[in-house]
Amino acid sequence: MSPALRGTEEAHKEINYRQVIARAIADAMAEDPAVILIGEDVGEAGGAFKSTAGLFEEFGPRRVRDTPISEQAIIGAALGAAMTGLRPIAEIMFADFAGVCFDQIANQVAKYRYMTAGQVTVPLTIRMSNGAGGGFGAQHSQSTENWFLNIPGLMIAVPGTVEDLYGLIRSAVRENNPVIVFEHKNLFSLKGSVPTGPDAIVPLGKAAVVRQGGDVTVVATQQMRHRAVDAAVQLSAEGIEATVIDPRTLVPFDDETIVASIADTSRLAVVQEGPPGGSWGASLVARMVTTHFELFDAPPVLISADETPIPYAAAMEAAWLPSVDRIVSEIRKQVGY
Amino acid sequence: MTDTTTANPGASAAETTAASLDDGAPQDAAALLGLMWRIRLFEDEVKKFFALNLVRGSTHLCNGQEATAVGVCKALRPGDTMTCTYRGHGAVLAMGAALDRCFGEILGRAGGLCGGRSGSMHLTAVELGALGSNAIVGANLPITVGAALSAQHLGTGAVGVAFCGDGATNIGAFHESLNLASVWKLPAVFVIENNLYGEYSPVASTTPITRLADRASSYGMPGVVVDGNDVVAVRSVALDALERARSGAGPTLIEANTYRQEGHSRSDPATYRPEGELDRWLARDPIILLQNAMRAGPGSATDAEIEQIRSDAAADVARARDRALSWPEPAVEDRLKDVYA
Repeated sequence: MSPALRGTEEAHKEINYRQVIARAIADAMAEDPAVILIGEDVGEAGGAFKSTAGLFEEFGPRRVRDTPISEQAIIGAALGAAMTGLRPIAEIMFADFAGVCFDQIANQVAKYRYMTAGQVTVPLTIRMSNGAGGGFGAQHSQSTENWFLNIPGLMIAVPGTVEDLYGLIRSAVRENNPVIVFEHKNLFSLKGSVPTGPDAIVPLGKAAVVRQGGDVTVVATQQMRHRAVDAAVQLSAEGIEATVIDPRTLVPFDDETIVASIADTSRLAVVQEGPPGGSWGASLVARMVTTHFELFDAPPVLISADETPIPYAAAMEAAWLPSVDRIVSEIRKQVGY
Repeated sequence: MTDTTTANPGASAAETTAASLDDGAPQDAAALLGLMWRIRLFEDEVKKFFALNLVRGSTHLCNGQEATAVGVCKALRPGDTMTCTYRGHGAVLAMGAALDRCFGEILGRAGGLCGGRSGSMHLTAVELGALGSNAIVGANLPITVGAALSAQHLGTGAVGVAFCGDGATNIGAFHESLNLASVWKLPAVFVIENNLYGEYSPVASTTPITRLADRASSYGMPGVVVDGNDVVAVRSVALDALERARSGAGPTLIEANTYRQEGHSRSDPATYRPEGELDRWLARDPIILLQNAMRAGPGSATDAEIEQIRSDAAADVARARDRALSWPEPAVEDRLKDVYA
């Protein structure tokens, strides 16, 4: 990322999901001198996925800091810095590694403001790459956003497009609360345009209606959002029209947009990349059924991954993930209920 | 006084009684003694709260460790920050937190430091630099690294100090924090309060070295051992470490050898202690050591003067306790506040 890349002449130039990360961080750092980036290999190496390439050269070693392989220290130091005048972005290379620093995220970052009765604010962004489909095996492929759902005090962003990734990173960095931004590894080559202007900032808690249809409301994020759209196109050929909604953030969650759509379609299908137990999809289904039971003409469908660790072999991993075919078939069944 | 070469984990406590406070009592000995008495009497009142069933959960008293908290915290400047453990009432009081607001927090009252949200293990007074007492062993150390990172990045000249127990030297966060602070040459000081027990286990049963300060060598920083019951000695090594941190030379690890006169928590009668150990350490009580030095020192404090310091502290503590007891409980609706900014 060179400074020139941020010039207006580059607006609307095509950029991919991986490249837009550095772009968003660069714009956030240019906007606020309190923003720093810390993490393993984020500096001179440009990131394990090259998603922070160029930032070290542009902002220097004081603002773009390589850390030891010390996830607890990364998150704890980012928290301490956030409480004392900085606005850190901390990178955890793979979301699976959140297990190594779970105490810092769950017991420290999330609770600090509450436990001190508001004595501190925690303007902290934690970025981590999640997602299966790349053959990284069980310890480098999980979508761990569900791990954090039961921890009040955190915000969770799950961008599924280039524009949303840019806009949600920018919002996260401006936010005075801790936000975890999940970057999906299997979307790195996804293309989009370079976002510019105030509209490029995507608010936390605002879903995107990706596609409109009157027969079923399909809610999905990240990789599954794209599969849901593909499934909707196939279903359309059969005469079933689906609305596809991407909530974009899990905390806060835009229930309103979902409810408005179910009022129209009377059916809800949730597609998620992970086992169903304790998941955002299960919570959404429970919430909608318990608060809007009267809207439904058919039982909601929760389309999830298997209740197993993520297997490595290509065919096994592909079968573990909800496929377009499976989404089509589950929704077809639901509409025929 | 300051032993940088050998272990001193209390085995020879009785022998060192006479050697404490080699430098004599400082000019401000009365203030140090008054603060230590306030902490001691505060803890005694907290213990009574449990006997009277006025409080909930648990508590971890720092009786016997006052010189470490006071020696370090009274070496700090405004703007410096401190994080500590769940045995941290003394450190937070030493940062200047009001007695009544500390009592109030432990009692779960609206006027407590954290509005009754947090309780005994989490006394926090950010405006005084007391950035947090942490109930997860070792978890405050990375947070102090972050405070030191802010200080370095913003050029404030402040230092971040973190206390931890001997038990915390075996948890990953301790090692990650010392390593990161050192590799970035951050203005941080780490203080091990070696009170000889990690919960119920003597340090020798969990830790294969006797001189915990030796762990500093792995992280390229000085490791200093000090008599943690000698408030003057503690302050002296703390000032050296703070100066080093402010100069940009990086962090220091201090091991303050002290003793937990009470059990781990309120439910622990500490029957596992070898016979005679407590008595040996009571003879080296940090308050007694300072009082002895004041009597022997150039000012030759009288017994009456020393008793006056204690009774002033007792009166302050009693008034603060009564004020806190008069405060209302927090409004239950307030439990929903401050989850997010």
